[in-house]
Amino acid sequence: MKIVVLMKQVPNRDAILRVNREEKWIEEGDLSFEVSESDGYALEEALRLKEKKGGEVVVCSLGPQRVKSVIKDALARGADRAIHILGDNLEHVGPFATAKILAEAIREEQADLVLTGLQSDDYGYGQTGVIAAELLGLPHATIVIEVDYSGEQLRVKRELESGWYQWYTMRTPCLLTIQSGISQIRYATLKGIMAAKKKEIREVQPAADAAAAGEFQTVTRIYLPLKQKQTQFLGDGDAKRGAAQLAEKLRNEARVI
Amino acid sequence: MPNGILVFIEHRQGAINKTSFEAVAAAQALGAGAGQDVSAVVLGADAGVAREVAAYKLARVISAENPKLADYTSDAYADAMERVVRARDPQYVLLPHTYLVRDYAPKLAARFGKGLVSDCIRMKAEGPMVTFTRRLFLGKMDADVVAKGEPPVFATFQSGAYRADQAERGEGAQVESLPVEVGEVRMQPEAPFQEVKQAVDLSKADVIVAIGRGIKSQENIALAQKLADALGGDIAASRPICDAGWLPIDRQIGSSGQTVAPKLYVALGISGAIQHLVGMKNSSTIVAVNKDPEAPIFDIADYGIVGDLFEVVPVLTEEIKKLKS
Repeated sequence: MKIVVLMKQVPNRDAILRVNREEKWIEEGDLSFEVSESDGYALEEALRLKEKKGGEVVVCSLGPQRVKSVIKDALARGADRAIHILGDNLEHVGPFATAKILAEAIREEQADLVLTGLQSDDYGYGQTGVIAAELLGLPHATIVIEVDYSGEQLRVKRELESGWYQWYTMRTPCLLTIQSGISQIRYATLKGIMAAKKKEIREVQPAADAAAAGEFQTVTRIYLPLKQKQTQFLGDGDAKRGAAQLAEKLRNEARVI
Repeated sequence: MPNGILVFIEHRQGAINKTSFEAVAAAQALGAGAGQDVSAVVLGADAGVAREVAAYKLARVISAENPKLADYTSDAYADAMERVVRARDPQYVLLPHTYLVRDYAPKLAARFGKGLVSDCIRMKAEGPMVTFTRRLFLGKMDADVVAKGEPPVFATFQSGAYRADQAERGEGAQVESLPVEVGEVRMQPEAPFQEVKQAVDLSKADVIVAIGRGIKSQENIALAQKLADALGGDIAASRPICDAGWLPIDRQIGSSGQTVAPKLYVALGISGAIQHLVGMKNSSTIVAVNKDPEAPIFDIADYGIVGDLFEVVPVLTEEIKKLKS
């Protein structure tokens, strides 16, 4: 069985973000990057399926050279090889063009399964996987929290809202978008890191027509969210003083104690 | 010439998802600004659902019919909606940003060579120009987005972006049934279910102390538990804590867990991703403790302390014990 995992690199979750001068994106100069959380879970699920069913796990990622750190980490965890679609500013092309570039890059792989996270931690469109499935002619299921491939048939448990779930039997090949928390993510071992050095990373250019697919939505400005409430900040940097003030406010102002 | 606004109404076996009426409110606001009429669409619905929708101020309710629409599947819904959109040729297609819509709507938009302006929290119409606002970086930034290119524009609205009770009622819209073709359906759904009978019902709690990634380890939860005990409240958590197995899933607050509105909600080390905020933003008093002054949780907090929760919580617990004794 061949599994392709689509993974995205995003700014570190704990990074302090600053709007850039053009107000179209953030200052990237001093940022550190990591894999988008749910894509990490998609890789883990792919590796577990490979352990049960045999086969190959191929990672595909899109972006500038720095994306190599996500790819190398995936190879160290156990992926077999990688495709790096190389290009600057590709992360800003929008969900349809992104999905098209990815779909064209993996089409020839003829994967049995394509896995990716349910949404990225930066733009958060939550569409790339579904659109890629449509472009590849594959059925899909989103927000998958359990995969059962013990028998002949592939069954997936989808998360619905408010604590509800639903199982679907899927025809393969298909594409699944994976929810964070589907399983515990493994760490790369030293042996894995050494082995990764010999694994293939194929650099490709985005398909010309895909990159030119254009986009139908343009970000005109980004900014810090407008506050919905006037927050009273307490302690002025002194956490303990803040705690004491808070107890007093909760009793005398909010009257909840 | 494309014209009008189409709004998608979600239902499961006759029960309408109430965020659909928030989308109706959004569509009516856009319709009033842009001088366009608003039509609603239901898929595979019984007469009761169509009637309920028809009570709103709408040009018409389109009831798309095909036996394959009885149970939700992404294949059938995308096919059916594609037929409706091509038949109506609207300028805008607006949908609630529900889990069901997230599953099929990108596929629908892809059939028109585009994606969605997804998960919008605001919209401003100035003549023909519409600016949508959506969140980036798990709520840390807002982005204004303008749609361009050929209509229709597909946009989804986050739960709570508009209020369902602001959707205007009318004098009874016409229900038009529209038989639609649906192709092959490549997945078979089983019946939806709840994992376990929720052992803990947090919706009744007056005080909730909730922890997030900032708690760092399972052992540290005891610290938050002491604060909850001092306040006479319950402990809860954001998703990553339950994913890690540090607290059971019935303690999870947010879109995939429980929705709560206690008198006091204390968020410790929770950054405030949208999925968490929708589950607790209606709490009467919200307290947030976080090291990051830009954490989105502070946008909805009444009281905030920027600092280390491991310094704040023990002092707060002691102070509250003193006040209560």
